[in-house]
Amino acid sequence: MAMLYASGAIEGAVEQQPLNMSAIVMFLLFVGGTLGITYWAAKRTKTAKDFYTAGGGITGFQNGMAIAGDYMSAASFLGISGLVYLKGYDGLIYSIGFLVGWPIILFLVAEQLRNLGKYTFADVASYRLRQTPIRSLAASGSIATVILYLIAQMVGSGKLIQLLFGLQYEVAVVLVGVLMILYVTFGGMLATTWVQIIKAFLLLSGATFMAIAVMAHFDFSFGSLFATATEMKGIEIMSPGGLVSDPVSAISLAIALMFGTAGLPHILMRFFTVGDAKEARKSVFYATGFIGYFYILTFIIGFGAIVMVFKNPAYLDLAKQAIDGGSPILGGNNMAAIHLSHAVGGDFFLGFISAVAFATILAVVSGLTLAGASAISHDLYASVIKKGKADGMAEMKVSKYATVALGIVAIIMGIAFEKQNIAFVVGLAFAIAASANFPILFLSMYWKKLTTRGAVIGGSLGLATAVMLVILGPIVWVQILGNEEAIFPYKYPALFSVAVSFIGIWFFSITDKSDNAAAEIEAYEAQFVRSQTGIGAEGAVDH
Amino acid sequence: MKKEHVEAIKNDPNFQELVSKRSKFAWTLTIAMLVVYFAFILTIAFNPSALGTPLSSDSVTTVGIPVGIIIIVFAFILTGIYVRRANSEFDDLTAKIKKTAKENE
Repeated sequence: MAMLYASGAIEGAVEQQPLNMSAIVMFLLFVGGTLGITYWAAKRTKTAKDFYTAGGGITGFQNGMAIAGDYMSAASFLGISGLVYLKGYDGLIYSIGFLVGWPIILFLVAEQLRNLGKYTFADVASYRLRQTPIRSLAASGSIATVILYLIAQMVGSGKLIQLLFGLQYEVAVVLVGVLMILYVTFGGMLATTWVQIIKAFLLLSGATFMAIAVMAHFDFSFGSLFATATEMKGIEIMSPGGLVSDPVSAISLAIALMFGTAGLPHILMRFFTVGDAKEARKSVFYATGFIGYFYILTFIIGFGAIVMVFKNPAYLDLAKQAIDGGSPILGGNNMAAIHLSHAVGGDFFLGFISAVAFATILAVVSGLTLAGASAISHDLYASVIKKGKADGMAEMKVSKYATVALGIVAIIMGIAFEKQNIAFVVGLAFAIAASANFPILFLSMYWKKLTTRGAVIGGSLGLATAVMLVILGPIVWVQILGNEEAIFPYKYPALFSVAVSFIGIWFFSITDKSDNAAAEIEAYEAQFVRSQTGIGAEGAVDH
Repeated sequence: MKKEHVEAIKNDPNFQELVSKRSKFAWTLTIAMLVVYFAFILTIAFNPSALGTPLSSDSVTTVGIPVGIIIIVFAFILTGIYVRRANSEFDDLTAKIKKTAKENE
């Protein structure tokens, strides 16, 4: 999602806009509303189960909206519409890549996850394996993914808020960090879920209005919309551009998007908030619907921006034009949707969309922080350190401390990385999720002969490969470190790192002849029965 | 779960039916999604102009656009198909299995 910052991040020295009053008012309304929700949620969050899974009583529909909300981040809304604005059809290719992981998750993973796990995906991965090594690896993979994702979100949000509300960058970052700490510490999963749901509703409504406004301009004829757009930017925008130029990159990106989604800890966590496998399935159905609809909207919005924002003097960045020529818009390509909201709805609607973008950022970083905190408290503290004998209240306390710590880390990183090129960071997060988290999770569910040793060695190899190939690849090695040519020629390492992971896990499992391994293979049957039927699974909590 | 319970459930014909039907269905749908998606991706890699062909001589809209939208809708429909069958047929089977397991406890 923030991978799309690569298409032209909020660029240059961000000039703070003069304070936009309607934006500020709506932003304050939103913050007030969500703090109110947090207060409500705090009163209902008494146990660890409440904190991690909102008590397990979220419905399929609500969870579907929450999951979609997690997916429709500011980076996604602005980045994808920005990519469509810049390149046209390529934006749709990216969107589809993000979407198709969902059906796969539903068919292969969702129910088993809900049936086997309790709070975190490491519960499932380590179900019949030795807890300490698997939990440590899974928790590390989760925390790494979360921190990388948080860096991207914090930097993106700081710049966005600076641009939209006229706040200073550091103030913006601290503000986001503090609010996020409040939501999660006091409201846990219940607060973060409802903040996501409300935000998803507002975002979908706002985007729908924008798309309808754009189409109304063209008498609801897509042909006219596209015709005018091509007059502005040329016919190339209607075809695939250079986004995926060779088969290896194409397949590698596809794999990263599909399997990475199934390995993102903050998404997987949401599967434990519903009552049973049936609601888990419905969650994915609704989520896929909302997300698919959202991508169709961003496609229309991107084209709308080509027609109404491009070369429009109101949005032109004159300073940048003087240096680089062309017709750059204020704030870079990722601001296309924001400017479009002004073009179709004036200052008021711009204020609304800005507040929604802010809401989006807060909701996503909260979810991420909760996932990271639960990896620390449930996987590392309760399972690895306390060997499963932790007191529920103690575990919850550790979660809250972990949340505050992660929040502070996120603020510091956000400030430190302000001027860095962070485009590769979310790509790396997806690569780690696809190479370390997903293979262990998947094989644990489906392969009898998986052993602890195999999972640990194979998963670690996958993780190391992903990190190494990103460092040696064109983005870090050439663009950031300034070398001539990349040692690893592809932008997306997933094809290789995922392959290494699966092969490593397979090889080190079948060659494992220890007693532990035999016991683990034996235990598969019981796990399989539970994963298929839900007998013995965690139920919902009665309040 | 005790070993005898696990064995009993495994031998329950309802369980065997559930597992075989569900895995066949899940894998079929998975392969359908993968085939469609990778066909799209590989077309982009090897023959992008196929998707860049205009729909008709006086329109700028290319083949790729309805194709892309159809893939999005297809993904959604596939999830619907699975959920419909799972929430009825498979859950009925699961209920039977659970009942039998409880009776045998």
